[in-house]
Amino acid sequence: MRDVSIIGIGQTPVGEHWDKGLRLLAYEALAAAMRDAQVERVDALYVGNMLSGELTAQEHLGALIADFAGLRGIEALKIEAACGSGAAALRIGYMAVASGMYDFVACIGVEKMTDQQGSTTTTGLATAADAEYEALHGVSFVSINALLMRRYMHEHGYKKEDFANFAINAHRNAVNNPNAMFPHLITLQQFAEAKPIADPINLLDSSPIADGAACVILAPTSIAREFTDKPVRVRAVAIATDTLALHDRRDPLYLEGAAISTQKAYAAAGVGPADIDLFELHDAFTIMSALSLEAAGFARRGRGVALALDNEISLGGRIPITTMGGLKARGHPVGATGMYQIVEVALQLRGEAGANQVRDARIGMAQNIGGSGATVVTTILERI
Amino acid sequence: MQVSRFWRTTGQRYQLVGEVCPKCGTKIFPPRDVCPACEAEAKTPFVFSGRGEVYSFSTVHNAPEGFEKYAPYTVALIRLEEGPLITAQLTDVDEKDVYIGMPVEMVTRVLREDGERGIIVYGYKFRPRREAQTQPLALAA
Repeated sequence: MRDVSIIGIGQTPVGEHWDKGLRLLAYEALAAAMRDAQVERVDALYVGNMLSGELTAQEHLGALIADFAGLRGIEALKIEAACGSGAAALRIGYMAVASGMYDFVACIGVEKMTDQQGSTTTTGLATAADAEYEALHGVSFVSINALLMRRYMHEHGYKKEDFANFAINAHRNAVNNPNAMFPHLITLQQFAEAKPIADPINLLDSSPIADGAACVILAPTSIAREFTDKPVRVRAVAIATDTLALHDRRDPLYLEGAAISTQKAYAAAGVGPADIDLFELHDAFTIMSALSLEAAGFARRGRGVALALDNEISLGGRIPITTMGGLKARGHPVGATGMYQIVEVALQLRGEAGANQVRDARIGMAQNIGGSGATVVTTILERI
Repeated sequence: MQVSRFWRTTGQRYQLVGEVCPKCGTKIFPPRDVCPACEAEAKTPFVFSGRGEVYSFSTVHNAPEGFEKYAPYTVALIRLEEGPLITAQLTDVDEKDVYIGMPVEMVTRVLREDGERGIIVYGYKFRPRREAQTQPLALAA
């Protein structure tokens, strides 16, 4: 197995790109990453995407984007794992370079969500859940998370407002991210008064639907410095799974897939939670932030929310999370999100995070979650 | 909407037909043919009583396609008395009266309709348990 590094990164702003289709968004992120890496060709292209078929009637994204980007002929595939698709594409690219099959691989995450709206998008997102035993009963993806949040509050004795700092912190960090969808501050009062979507989840617990694309270029670490002064080494990228349906879990409040995925990544990288300088977690909803922090070993069961209450999640805190705004405020173009997280960790490790720079960041982790925890991709990156 | 897709799960939706593991006795719903507890093959049918209690609940305001006209409605995870959790809507109850631990029982209701010419999908929902009722509702196996 060869050591693998990220030699280039690229991203489009996250938002409502009325003037750009899926292929153009993907191309812009790919072109930016290839410019950053100073490469003119790649050997293979892996495209993480969840909903192109549902929302834009377009599948077959590998060939589509390879052709559109002037790379006709290369190996190219779409990788799908619900909202975990973006980081899953990194896993496939990592295997291709580590195995020695290819030297230069592009991994893209792309999602085009605003060509549809309202119930069509809600239906599409629900395909991450069990179609026969969850979605058929009118359960939306938001309400699945709401079931978790209500039970968590019941078992651990938290109030709704206790979750506010996850959203407030994410928005504070988005202010300095030029690619964020909502770069503005929110207050505790706004959080408390936000419109309910699926009680107890309200609008400010929830990440927004968006368009966007992000991309990294991978190469063997042995030649990475020929292309960049700031290679970012992929210490681990690990996938684990759990049941699609919440009702099939042994304990719905324990993200077993996240725990297994994190343990695999820690073991592969030879590190533990104390070594992680920042953590881009999957804050699709505030409850997911709490459960991820617990599953990844940063808090005991039922104490994930306490980390937010104690402000340990801010840029200067014990474990900074969502340092560029997270899903909540950078935006959540579902199949692209995992790649945004990885690009943001790379920015931090390259020392290019501007006002949001985490001091002396050397090792960063990203965790991308598909569905309510059925696919979990954990990536550990290191500055070298 | 495909008829066969809904026809093949009528046993589950009308009668809560699951499975019981012949090796460890775990009751399984929905059926999956492999026991989630001991991983033995489990194909023995088992009909659930339909009684349980609310494990968690939420009211849906932004409904998926086909459910818009029912919104807002309350969905729940129900802990069946035989063990498994099940996802279903609550019915015949005001949302503000629902609480975690509330005893409920299965009833059959319309889940969704696919327009004037499409399939009407029936299935289980759960309502507050009526103590006077001594017979389980889903006996018809």
